[in-house]
Amino acid sequence: MDVVLLSRLQFAAATMFHFLFVPFTLGLSFLVAYMETKYVKTGDETYLRMTKFWGKLFLINFAVGVVTGITLEFQFGTNWSRYSAYVGDIFGPLLAIEATASFFLESTLIGVWIFGWKKLSKKAHATVMWLVAFASSLSAIWILIANAWMQSPVGFTIRDGRAELVDFAAVLFQKYAVFKFLHTISAAYVLSAFFVMGVSAYHLLKKENIEFFTRSFRIALGFGTIFSLIVVVIGDINGVIVAEKQPAKLAAMESLWETTTRAPVYLFALPDEKNEKNKIEIGAIPGMLSFLVRHDINAEVRGLKDFPKDERPPVLITSFAFKGMIGLGCYFVLATLFGWWKRKRLVDNPRYLKLMLLSIPLPYVACELGWIVAEVGRQPWIVYGLMKTSDAVSPIAVSQVLTTLVAFIVVYGLLGVTGFYLIAKNALKGPELATDN
Amino acid sequence: MVLQTIWFFLWGLLWAVFFMTDGFDFGIGTLYPFLGKTDQDKRIMINALGPLWDGNEVWLITAGGVTFAAFPLVYSVMFSSLYSALMLILFALILRGVSFEFRGKVDDPRWRKIWDTCIFIGSFVPALLFGVAFANIFQGIPIDHNGIYHGTLFTLLNPYGLLGGILFVFLFMMHGALWICIKSEGGLQKRAASTANKLWPVLLGVAVVFLVASKFSTRLYDNYIEHPAFFIVILITVLALLSVRFFLARKTFFKAWFASALTIVGATFFGVIGLYPNLFPSSLNPRYSLSAYNASSSPLTLKIMLVVVIIFIPIVIGYQIWAYTLFKGKVTQADLAHDEAY
Repeated sequence: MDVVLLSRLQFAAATMFHFLFVPFTLGLSFLVAYMETKYVKTGDETYLRMTKFWGKLFLINFAVGVVTGITLEFQFGTNWSRYSAYVGDIFGPLLAIEATASFFLESTLIGVWIFGWKKLSKKAHATVMWLVAFASSLSAIWILIANAWMQSPVGFTIRDGRAELVDFAAVLFQKYAVFKFLHTISAAYVLSAFFVMGVSAYHLLKKENIEFFTRSFRIALGFGTIFSLIVVVIGDINGVIVAEKQPAKLAAMESLWETTTRAPVYLFALPDEKNEKNKIEIGAIPGMLSFLVRHDINAEVRGLKDFPKDERPPVLITSFAFKGMIGLGCYFVLATLFGWWKRKRLVDNPRYLKLMLLSIPLPYVACELGWIVAEVGRQPWIVYGLMKTSDAVSPIAVSQVLTTLVAFIVVYGLLGVTGFYLIAKNALKGPELATDN
Repeated sequence: MVLQTIWFFLWGLLWAVFFMTDGFDFGIGTLYPFLGKTDQDKRIMINALGPLWDGNEVWLITAGGVTFAAFPLVYSVMFSSLYSALMLILFALILRGVSFEFRGKVDDPRWRKIWDTCIFIGSFVPALLFGVAFANIFQGIPIDHNGIYHGTLFTLLNPYGLLGGILFVFLFMMHGALWICIKSEGGLQKRAASTANKLWPVLLGVAVVFLVASKFSTRLYDNYIEHPAFFIVILITVLALLSVRFFLARKTFFKAWFASALTIVGATFFGVIGLYPNLFPSSLNPRYSLSAYNASSSPLTLKIMLVVVIIFIPIVIGYQIWAYTLFKGKVTQADLAHDEAY
């Protein structure tokens, strides 16, 4: 075990854990804000109870998301100091702006929302949640611009042995960043929608609070249907962008070894990295990959053999994570469209409700797989084509990283169990019967 | 040159504001097991910081982010060389943050006991280690010309470093006790006021020892001797600390708290001015020190960040003051009866 591997494991553990909580915050904040606005506009108490019930789950989740976010910002310094010194001129401002322009707003206002029920007018209180929602999505923009820069570095020059910023607008508005943001944020909204639908389905199956949970389900269904479709459409555009900017990643995603015209998509392929081929290939659709990434079934797509062995990402992990993500993405579209069709008769479809209850974990899996494709697929680079991950690590001792890695696993493990236990406990308990407000 | 100097002092200011705001949260958490006799007292204490701590903590994230953006080399060397200390702080902050949210969610004394312990650890450890870290920065860190650290976590626990840690803990306990005086009534308020009264002479003693020890352990005073006008910062800090006692005796707690805030900002700037232009001095050789001039970002990045900060920091201060005003006054029974209260 060396410092590079341990630091990578630590970063993966910290990020993946953090991202179990972030998407829920991003999406549910909008749903809660919408419910509260409905309450303000109609005066209907059910909307207030909905706001409080989903708001409580939101807050438990929010707490874990916030505290695990801090370690990420500091890990670039603690574990990836050479990376930080090399690209800090571009990467640093993006994180600093995130904190100054969005995270401050989100964190200050969440306290106002929690404690401000009686101190603010109803309208102002609802506005606060809208601001929290916008601020958290705005945070995501900055973080994803930073990540997009690692995937597709632009707007810089190499001077005095480091990357220096020359064109900030190029960093902010490159299409890699724009579409990465749209894809990730939509996926996050889908996750929160499936959570609300799943928990509502549980209560509808038990015939509890039917009106309350039918409304909740429908709100989430509308939100979830729209963004399930958007995720897929944007994901398709992302494929084209990856093919252009990170051809080795694309080849690994599709397990494509030879550079060919009429490149196929395999429904299933088991890569054999040692012998540079696929052990098993099932269901090849000729020309499909060429069509997807170049909009021409005869176009040439570069295969893995086109790249030196030490510049190829791990093919097995990347391709499996990619296929899994795609499969789940398609499932979300079908599940929400079916729900849309049956939206008037939800309680009469216990099988669908059961399916939606069991589907709660799936968007979580899909989001994590998406990040695996993005980050493992970028290897061996930390900044694509510019800096290798192995050159980026801090000059620290193996024992230091090993200690903190174990601490991360233990602390985050306990935190995850506690957090999800509290969320599940409150979700299954259902809403308070009456509220005093 | 000018940009780098501006950024040096902005960097100091962000840390100072972080210590000033989250400082009372740390202080309350440290005093929590001693002042909170009943569950009701404990709840008043955490609800006194409840609406505010999260926003306060973002000053740390901003200070860290700005270090990264304006002085990437400092960010990289500082956080990798202080690896173990920083990780301890981060884990402590994680415990603290979730404890507030989790504590009241299960109605079981054993459950609450777990999170009570976490609140104390999560507040005391950062208070102590931030002090240790900054005192060590004041006296210099054993880094070589490649920015590689020659030491361990225990290298930082030298007498001057520990003195800095103790100073921070006492500063924050005083700050926290005064906030409890503002936010509570009856028995809890009496105990908080009497604690503040007892803390004050100790804090004064530690502060004086620290100022004297800084003469022998650091080169902070060089800048003051070169530009004696800066002694006014030390003078203001000492006056602020004295007026804490003055206002405390008159039971004008908000003024006392404000004086304590000024003391914390002054104490931070005492070090920052003394350090200038170094952000991370090397104890091995002054030529290895990281300064505002040899460790900064490019002029373009510094300019962009300056625009961002000039626009957003006043807005942030504006809505944070609004939030503080919204939640002024005592924590009442009605506040505790809320579903969402901690």
